[in-house]
Amino acid sequence: MSDELKAAVAAGVVGSEESFRSLLDSVVEVARAIFGAKASSIFLLDEETDELVFEAVAGEGADTLIGQRLPSSTGVAGWVLVTRQPLVIEDVSNDPRHSKEIAESTGYVPQGLMAVPLLHEERALGVLEVLDRPQRAQFSLVEMDLLSLFANQAAIALDLLQRARRAEVVLGESGAGASLLARLAATVQSLEEERREAALELLGGVERVLRRDEGG
Amino acid sequence: MGTSEPEQDKQSAPHELRPAWSLPAGAGDTIAQDVEWPGQVTREWAWGGSTGAGVRVCILDSGVDPSHPLVGQVQRSVAVSIGEDDEVLVEDDAEGDLCGHGTACAGIVRSLAPDCELISVRVLGAGFTGSGGVLLAGLRWAVEQGFDVINMSLSTTKKQFAGILHELSDAAYFRRTVLVASAHNMPVESYPWRFASVISVGSHEEPDPLTFFYNPSPPVEFFARGVDVDVAWTGGAHIRCTGNSFATPHMSAISTLVLGKHPELTPFQLKSVLYLTATNVGGGR
Repeated sequence: MSDELKAAVAAGVVGSEESFRSLLDSVVEVARAIFGAKASSIFLLDEETDELVFEAVAGEGADTLIGQRLPSSTGVAGWVLVTRQPLVIEDVSNDPRHSKEIAESTGYVPQGLMAVPLLHEERALGVLEVLDRPQRAQFSLVEMDLLSLFANQAAIALDLLQRARRAEVVLGESGAGASLLARLAATVQSLEEERREAALELLGGVERVLRRDEGG
Repeated sequence: MGTSEPEQDKQSAPHELRPAWSLPAGAGDTIAQDVEWPGQVTREWAWGGSTGAGVRVCILDSGVDPSHPLVGQVQRSVAVSIGEDDEVLVEDDAEGDLCGHGTACAGIVRSLAPDCELISVRVLGAGFTGSGGVLLAGLRWAVEQGFDVINMSLSTTKKQFAGILHELSDAAYFRRTVLVASAHNMPVESYPWRFASVISVGSHEEPDPLTFFYNPSPPVEFFARGVDVDVAWTGGAHIRCTGNSFATPHMSAISTLVLGKHPELTPFQLKSVLYLTATNVGGGR
């Protein structure tokens, strides 16, 4: 990869993890609000360790769950991931064994949950869950469709997040320079006009000094 | 049908190539059908009096909790995994159910077909990585066993598995094993429910377990009860569930009832019976 290309890629990647993470946060917030639920979360599949990781949480557990891990193919989230089938279950707390498991993974025992796989092209990237909708009336298939639409959005955000992380790894392996320059460029870009001009002037001076040194 | 051992004609490998013999002149008698089809196929004719006795139903899922009163006797439980040298391992399974879903499916089938035989094939629990291979291996094993009905509330999005799944689905179809598979209501390609040789199932919102609809706009062929279903779950619990994965065992159970009464039906004939007795076709009579 040429230095210019590296710098360009780095400029695109630096800071994008935060943006994609915000997008995921926004998806779980909106899902929670639309369904009037107590909590909503997104799990990302970590292919290296074969586990599900809490990547975004809104509502109950938001402070404590990020980064916690679950087995990738057991429990309700694991079933949804492996089978690619969405699932809605109510009265979960009737099941003592799973109540305990769920409580350990969510911080509290929900009455009900909706879980849907996050699918992007051929890949299953994770699971979106919505816990404890308040209405106890009959579930409607319209809600299921709505959940699937959210899942689609979340899957796209997860895909972007994973790409950004992979690009960060590649840049990290190819030296810290490109990454540093990209961060610098992003910082300068975010300054007010007056300070930006001053910073560009300063950086221009640094460049001239460096080139003079190169020239010997 | 009706024994715990696979039938002779179901012993051979699923990929065995069979010649497509022609029918010589005057040999029509050799393929005479011993089922007398009535002028009008009714539910009474199709499954009246049937309890599913003699029909072997395989639940390809997360395992089944055999101690749940709504499940009753489970004839056999196996777990499928892939060994270190990529060999397929099919071992007796004492883990029960690692999610609850398999128990729910088994309970639904048992509630409608109380005397059928249930066999659990667990294809979950060995991790997500490699789960596609386990699913395929589990389905292949189930087809080789010659079960009458295989309930598959699952699907894969991996294109690399589509060809082999298609082959297995067709093999099952020609060996009189009915594959009942959950349709996918998400905007992605997934298998095997899209294949014509399986019975694919989506959900309707009616509360009656024997109400089912034929869909004149496939790929989903039938809609069965899949909303707010009271099901068995692990830990002896009952919970209410929604999803195509609960509609699927309803169609498996209805298929089981029909095969209990008419064990000679091929999957093609069974589908025809299901079509004619669908609520929107035969009026639920």
